[in-house]
Amino acid sequence: MRGWIHACGMSKLAPPRRRRWPYRLRLLRRNPLVTLGAVIVLLYSLAALAAPLLAPHPPLTQYLEERLEPPSAQFPLGLDQLGRDIFSRLLFGARLSLMIGLVVVVIAGVLGTVVGMAAGFAGGRVDHALMRVTDIFFAFPSLILAMAIAAALGPSLTNAMIAIAMVTWPVYARLSRAQTLVLVRREFLEAARAVGAGDLRILTRHVLPNALSPLVVQASFNMGDAILIAAGLSFIGFGAHPPTPEWGVMVSEGRDYITTQWWVPTFPGLAILMAVTGFNLLGDGIRDMLDPRLRRAG
Amino acid sequence: MGLVLLGVSVLTFFIAHVVPADPVLAALGEHAREDQIRSYRHAYGLDRPVGVQYLIYVHRLLAGDFGISIRTRRPVAEDLGEFLPATVELGGTAWLVALLLGIPAGILSAIYKDRIFDHLARIGSLIGASMPVFWLGLLLLGSFYYRLRWLPGPGRLDISAIPPPPRTGLLLIDSALAGDGAVFWSALRHLVLPGLTLGLFSTAVIARMTRSAMLEVLYQDYIRTARAKGLAGARVVLRHALRNAMIPTLTIVGISFGNLLSGAVLTETVFAWPGLGRYATTSAISLDFPAVMGVTIVAAVIYTTINLVIDLLYARLDPRVRYE
Repeated sequence: MRGWIHACGMSKLAPPRRRRWPYRLRLLRRNPLVTLGAVIVLLYSLAALAAPLLAPHPPLTQYLEERLEPPSAQFPLGLDQLGRDIFSRLLFGARLSLMIGLVVVVIAGVLGTVVGMAAGFAGGRVDHALMRVTDIFFAFPSLILAMAIAAALGPSLTNAMIAIAMVTWPVYARLSRAQTLVLVRREFLEAARAVGAGDLRILTRHVLPNALSPLVVQASFNMGDAILIAAGLSFIGFGAHPPTPEWGVMVSEGRDYITTQWWVPTFPGLAILMAVTGFNLLGDGIRDMLDPRLRRAG
Repeated sequence: MGLVLLGVSVLTFFIAHVVPADPVLAALGEHAREDQIRSYRHAYGLDRPVGVQYLIYVHRLLAGDFGISIRTRRPVAEDLGEFLPATVELGGTAWLVALLLGIPAGILSAIYKDRIFDHLARIGSLIGASMPVFWLGLLLLGSFYYRLRWLPGPGRLDISAIPPPPRTGLLLIDSALAGDGAVFWSALRHLVLPGLTLGLFSTAVIARMTRSAMLEVLYQDYIRTARAKGLAGARVVLRHALRNAMIPTLTIVGISFGNLLSGAVLTETVFAWPGLGRYATTSAISLDFPAVMGVTIVAAVIYTTINLVIDLLYARLDPRVRYE
């Protein structure tokens, strides 16, 4: 049977995946900002992976005699108030921030998607109840709720990650619910059910793959958000603690030097700004690639 | 909305009473005597089942009783009342900044799509949406206060200024009522840097949304019809297009208010602004849960109310939306 379909050229109905990529890559090239985002994210990932190789100095070593020295060949971005090399600390900070982002995206993404798909698939009372739960989380300004959770769990980086995941999962829930609601009415799900596929199989094999694109876009934005909230929490004392080379902690520790040794708080902040910009650009780009309607509106 | 607020109370109760290891030790300190602990537990109903504790909690909340702050030893409600006006003044300023800059920027960006202004506005809003608020505040403070001395630094008033008699707690209004021009000017100047810092993120988000909503509308047939009728460009944009583009923008304006409340925590920390955000952080660091939960609940109530108002505004802007 399958051979017959091929012989009739029916397989052409579904375009082979490979052929679509060059087109998407062309889109990437046409939008230089998205390319910039991808490059930034790539550079940060490389910096995070290779931090011990790239860093000219250990992140915690104190060169006390040269403390607060301006950028130089030996210390590319200068030294902080304890004589630590800011450039090396930023590289190790990239490890932390990307890890925070990934952990948050995984926890929030999985939790939100499971809840959203369950709500959309079950419908009725389950849907109603689950969506009211997300409404409750949306009722709080995110940083304030994250701070309350982080304070209750006890200030630490791990708890900050849990707190950020707790305030960002509802977005995934809403997105995946909306996608599921559209998909369950489609014929191919009816067909899958007709051949005897169970609920779990339908959800994981048919609904999830088709609902994935907006979730991927959200994951990219969520990475940026998570890095931003984590830095904010660390800045006010609810995330990483000194002497951890976390960017928010570095800005906080260096804030008194803003006028005299500007490089101490400025470079860590710039590192946050660029990382978040990168993920936001990438999210924009993926969304434009996946959504032809938005492509037109530009 | 009632249901959401009920949920808010359940969630805050859970965070404050179930998650922390021991609220009694947090309140009394580690060296509390056995009988002190027992009487405290009894007074706050902590020796009763969790369900009953929750009912007591809600009962107190409804009466406006947020408990006693462990740090200031005063009723949290009193503290909140004292610190709320500073946040309202700062948040209001930031919101005004965001609306007055964001909406026009979005409109112009859409009209001049792919021209220089559009590119600049898009890059600006991209950076604004990715900016760590606390760092921006630090940079602005460093340049415009410490270095250039153009604008005043941390706090709400110059040290030499005598605060007006408190009526609303909003310094601009109180000083205007008292007819004190010098204090009004001082308060206004003090609002510039924190207002811009806090408002930038929302400006960026609102500009982005206005732009894409306007673009969506500007290419529709009825706009072409309006132009074909010979209406002036500005009239078409403002009367025909903007009105419809405002509907999605309004959603973002409401959501951005939550960002303002979040950002206020960081902005107030940087600018030593005596508002709810700074109260929340100093309380949270000393594990003062009644105070932290008080701020959290008030923030949730304000945010929920704003979004309810915005939902009601939809009906005014869009006759297709009707609430039953």
